[in-house]
Amino acid sequence: MSLLARRTSPLWLAALVHRLSGLALATFLPFHFLTLGLAIAGESRLEGFLRWTDQPLVKLSEGLLVGLLAIHLLGGLRLLALENLAWREGQTRLALAAVAAAMVVGFVFLASVF
Amino acid sequence: MNVRLYIWQRLTAALMVPLLLVHLAVIFYASRKGLSAADMLARTRGSVSWALFYGTFVSAVAVHASIGLRTVLTEWTPLGTRASNIAVIAFGLLLAVLGFRAVVAVVLI
Repeated sequence: MSLLARRTSPLWLAALVHRLSGLALATFLPFHFLTLGLAIAGESRLEGFLRWTDQPLVKLSEGLLVGLLAIHLLGGLRLLALENLAWREGQTRLALAAVAAAMVVGFVFLASVF
Repeated sequence: MNVRLYIWQRLTAALMVPLLLVHLAVIFYASRKGLSAADMLARTRGSVSWALFYGTFVSAVAVHASIGLRTVLTEWTPLGTRASNIAVIAFGLLLAVLGFRAVVAVVLI
């Protein structure tokens, strides 16, 4: 298989998506923790920030993050199964199903907050 | 990645699967009528269960994310192993400190 063919294979893309979603989540986490830490200064500080997050663009970003969390979780589950269970065919289909399921999770979250 | 780091990353991943499923359920539950600090803190404050749940979560994610970041730094950047190790240890400590501070903020205070 040529390098280009390998880099356009669905499973290579699945590994890339897993890595990029992990990077995005790792970048987000310190800010998430800082936000929750606002409660140290009192409930009103946290409430003030939460009201700022009511903006549509922030809600869209939250939907994206929930989708990224779901895709990283499902991609990780596929990886754990691949490494620890007997080999099974249909890995490409599983990876695509993980992407589809994560998108559903993200869209259901958006539908519930808008 | 050496075997020790590989095992730690897989163990923390497996540990976080049920934690993430609960966390996702909480996100959906808490956001359905708009997130409010009063509702959130009423659920968590004084709860030993939530303290243990999120304390475990923070510990696992600090280890898991640091090892993942180390792989990215060593494979995708010109940083050597030593610089990558220092960077991810600092990142892991940052996550642990901010994470435990957040747990204290929503559970204990």
